[in-house]
Amino acid sequence: MSETATIGRRSAAAPRGEAITINGVSKQFGSIVGVDRVDLQVEAGEFLSLLGPSGSGKTTLLMMLAGFETPSSGSIALGGRDLTRVPANKRGIGMVFQRYALFPHMSVEQNVAFPLKMRGMSRAEAEPLVEQSLARVRLEGYGGRMPGQLSGGQQQRVAVARALVFQPPVLLMDEPLGALDKNLREELQIEIKTLHASLGVTIIYVTHDQEEALTMSDRIAVMDKGRIQQLGSPIALYHEPESGFVAGFIGKMNFICGMVTGVDDGRIDIDVSGQRVSVERSQLGGRHELVPGKAVRIAARPESIALAQASDDAIQVEVETSIFLGSHRTLVARTADGTQLHVQLPSARQDAGVEPRGVAFLRLEPGALRVFGAEG
Amino acid sequence: MAIATGSEHRSFAGQLSRPVSLALALPLVLLLGFAFLLPVAKLLVGSVFAPNATAEHWVRIVQEPIFLRILVRTVKTAAIVTVLAFLLGYPVALVMSRQGGRAAMLIAACVLIPLWTSVLVRSYAWIVLLQRTGIVNNTLLSWGVIDQPLRLIYTEGAVIVAMTHVLLPYMILPIFSSLRSIPSELNRAARNLGAGPCTSFRTVTLPLSLPGVYAGAIMVFILSLGFYVTPALVGGPQNLTIATLIGQQTIDLLNWPFAGALAGLLLAVTLGLVAVFRRILSFGKAM
Repeated sequence: MSETATIGRRSAAAPRGEAITINGVSKQFGSIVGVDRVDLQVEAGEFLSLLGPSGSGKTTLLMMLAGFETPSSGSIALGGRDLTRVPANKRGIGMVFQRYALFPHMSVEQNVAFPLKMRGMSRAEAEPLVEQSLARVRLEGYGGRMPGQLSGGQQQRVAVARALVFQPPVLLMDEPLGALDKNLREELQIEIKTLHASLGVTIIYVTHDQEEALTMSDRIAVMDKGRIQQLGSPIALYHEPESGFVAGFIGKMNFICGMVTGVDDGRIDIDVSGQRVSVERSQLGGRHELVPGKAVRIAARPESIALAQASDDAIQVEVETSIFLGSHRTLVARTADGTQLHVQLPSARQDAGVEPRGVAFLRLEPGALRVFGAEG
Repeated sequence: MAIATGSEHRSFAGQLSRPVSLALALPLVLLLGFAFLLPVAKLLVGSVFAPNATAEHWVRIVQEPIFLRILVRTVKTAAIVTVLAFLLGYPVALVMSRQGGRAAMLIAACVLIPLWTSVLVRSYAWIVLLQRTGIVNNTLLSWGVIDQPLRLIYTEGAVIVAMTHVLLPYMILPIFSSLRSIPSELNRAARNLGAGPCTSFRTVTLPLSLPGVYAGAIMVFILSLGFYVTPALVGGPQNLTIATLIGQQTIDLLNWPFAGALAGLLLAVTLGLVAVFRRILSFGKAM
């Protein structure tokens, strides 16, 4: 490679991520609002996931970042450069599609060389970059194959190589592992994480799989109804969900009805089906007026519920089943008002007196609870 | 693997047993045998045994240059019609494949309704348009563009225009179907990787739609080679094609042996060209 090529197109060794600023972006399709006034600052080199159910607007937001949709209002900037009206082919952002989107009439090599060719590079200039990019996804020697001759996982790795070969500052990934089976998915998750760490590229990753988002992301934006419901680290989202939607969407969660019995400056006392718990105000998700007598929803992770020894100050449940899962045991139980609870118990050799259709007593760990208003 | 699953499974898995397949195919095989293969064979045999073995009719085709000229003209007309149908049809197929809902239905109707209309009606429509006192001439006269009616009908141009119109759906539909099967993500990927709309079309859409183009071109070309109704109606005596020549020989001159030789020639040329196309096509697939 010549000197000028190295300088002109940045060195292959050190591509750098750039920040993305999404400012009040909305997208309407007729009367339907796809994305509703989204503000999001993605840091340079960050791995950010857009997580949400289908129809939450996460894909539409990604399409606007890629330039396939134009925002109805708002602006998008990449490292200080306004992108809102820039056509897709002039954005220089890499993208990996769910169904690979490899060109079936071109060899693997031609696919990976495509973006370089579009940038006016000669074959001789492109060749080492193509090889390097294929090596990065562990597909050396596959250049001559046609995409149809590769497995799904290999095809997606070619797509990643193609998206990274022109050293884009940002890589968009639209459910890239959605079409693959579980084992392959986990393998590729690790590969993508490794690539991210070694390249420093900013990645925006769309997924509806909360586990995938939790394991891969620096931060997650949980989307629903076209809005970002909560933005935070995986730990923050898991332990401090700010709404019932986020609490229910990320990880396993039990919701139990409770009644506020007392409120003072710092704490709230709640009666939960017989157990009196006292929680801090900071455990309250969302803004709710709490007065004694008001109904609330308590969110408790399966691992924050334990068996109680005595019936006093505990929730009485009827045990439905007890499932042995090796490292732990899941107890499925039902409270007097019919709420089903999943409880994660330490796996002991003895069954601790829990029998199907027997009565048991449970205690919630007050410090790990989240409290939401009854309506959500 | 299919054997291991047992025969009753196999018949449900989409593979029919041999007797059932035969029974289903038999009516068509019989019809084709009696109504197509037999007469064609009789015609061809008639061209060399009339009643004794003779090469006279075949020799006549070669000896009188007029017949080879007609053959060349037929192939040339078919080639022009094919190219025109491609140039006119591809954009329509492209628009059709990119539209959704009502617009796509409207375009599909515009393509299909002529297809469902008799060739005879469509050819007569061209007579109405192109004749001396037809719509085109009258309009041009009334606008003062011309002061004498143009000679439009019974020309080679009229044959080409009318045949292109009649055969256009056979070009549009295969191209449309191959365009429709290209995932829209591929164009997005091309755009994302830096290709503008034109480059994206040239590097992705066009190459991937070539199977449809080949299918449409072969269909239109072969149909044009043997097309009878339209050239017979809008073409003049100077614009004889092989098909109209065969018609003249059988209907007007009752020279069946010579018509048989001409039919044999048309059949041979058609099969030869199909073979050439297939070679090109399979070569295209292999790359």
